[in-house]
Amino acid sequence: MEKALIKLENISFGYNSFPVLENINFELKSGEKVGLIGPNGSGKTTFLYIIMGFLKPVSGKVFIFGRERKKDKDFLEVRQKLGLLFQDSDSQLFCPTVKEDIAFGPLNLGKSRNEAKEIVKNIAKVFNIEHLLDRPIYKLSGGEKKIVALATVFAMNPVCYLLDEPSSGLDEDTRNKLIKFLKNHVKTCLIVSHDRKFLKETVNKIYILKNKKVSLYQDF
Amino acid sequence: MHLEVFAEGNSFFHSLDPRVKILVFIPFAILCAISKGIIIPLLYFMLSLTFILIAKPNLKVFLNRLAGANFFILFIWIFIPLSYKSNPYISLGFLKLSYKGLEYALSITLKCNAIIFATIALLSTSTIFSLAHAMLHLKFPSKLVTIFFLFYRYITVMHEEYIKIKRAVLARGFTPGTNLHTYRTYAYIVGALLIKSFERSEEIYKAMLARGFKGFFPLFEHFKLKKLDVAFAIFANFIVISIYLLGIYK
Repeated sequence: MEKALIKLENISFGYNSFPVLENINFELKSGEKVGLIGPNGSGKTTFLYIIMGFLKPVSGKVFIFGRERKKDKDFLEVRQKLGLLFQDSDSQLFCPTVKEDIAFGPLNLGKSRNEAKEIVKNIAKVFNIEHLLDRPIYKLSGGEKKIVALATVFAMNPVCYLLDEPSSGLDEDTRNKLIKFLKNHVKTCLIVSHDRKFLKETVNKIYILKNKKVSLYQDF
Repeated sequence: MHLEVFAEGNSFFHSLDPRVKILVFIPFAILCAISKGIIIPLLYFMLSLTFILIAKPNLKVFLNRLAGANFFILFIWIFIPLSYKSNPYISLGFLKLSYKGLEYALSITLKCNAIIFATIALLSTSTIFSLAHAMLHLKFPSKLVTIFFLFYRYITVMHEEYIKIKRAVLARGFTPGTNLHTYRTYAYIVGALLIKSFERSEEIYKAMLARGFKGFFPLFEHFKLKKLDVAFAIFANFIVISIYLLGIYK
């Protein structure tokens, strides 16, 4: 049997005693492509933040790559190997120019400057953003920011992708390109989205997060 | 950022009308600040301690705030007793401590803490919004109130931006080290923080303009003055003023 990449055991979480998640169990195996849907405010982003270690569960255990993760230190490896796309691209980008932002991840992984440059070039070609590379981030449009944010995640070549609403704000062309890329180059991913069509084309099964619980969505 | 930690609760002070709290706080702060000696500040300190006991703030957060403020008072304890030119001295080798200076430092410490206690018990138990609101009711200049309110609003914005950037950096596996990459990243974080906060504030401002903002916040809900509020205002102000008069005529 395939070892679970991400495993959550009896996770509960709440904001100031306002419960969001209750006794959640979840497993993501290597090679699985999973979607996560749920009403607004049901805790989908919270769920991703717990996996990345940005939020610490009130109770329960987080296992990633087969090891329990508790402290910030344990999550360093997790953050280098999981690629998180933030829901709001403004949260993702912080470097002065697009090119530097894309290179930031690879540099953290210990790549040399030349290797990072090579990665930036390749990624830019895939996402068709070569003309944006030297532009300052804060002058990009909303949709452009989304593509660049996606590019920064893909540049790290993560083991598993955690994408928070990747398709929102993209035009038809870019959306199709993203679907193609997810189909061909991505082995394992967890995609949070409200876009059923997009999920149908990119994932094999869908979970629904509702009333503080995660369950398999049968209607897929 | 959660700045209004003490605003949640259900003590007597939480249910008081914010206008009354401001009207008790201002005389308290002024009279306490101008009082002299040890005894009078001590009485004010005990009064504000009673306020704190009634307000029952979260002890850990409360002590944390106190530690922050008293760190600055520590310097007063170092400098005043050593530099005060007055006899008699306590000699510790070549150091000479003045009694008068020690007394003065103690007085300042008591006054500062009394006012901090009163701020936490009286003002922090209301939300910033209701305080701003109460200030408008009390005919404070509306420009001042708007600045006060937006100041709070934008500190929160900056802090939110900081948390977002920190997450973005961590999410891509950044580990600080002694190298150019680390320094450059820190510089980017500061730069991005400035630009993003500025952009966000512009956006918030546009959102306010789009909803017809004219430079001040209109009053929406009105406070209701209860008998208990009036009773507290009179009783508390009576004590505050009595303590001060006691200092003058003793």
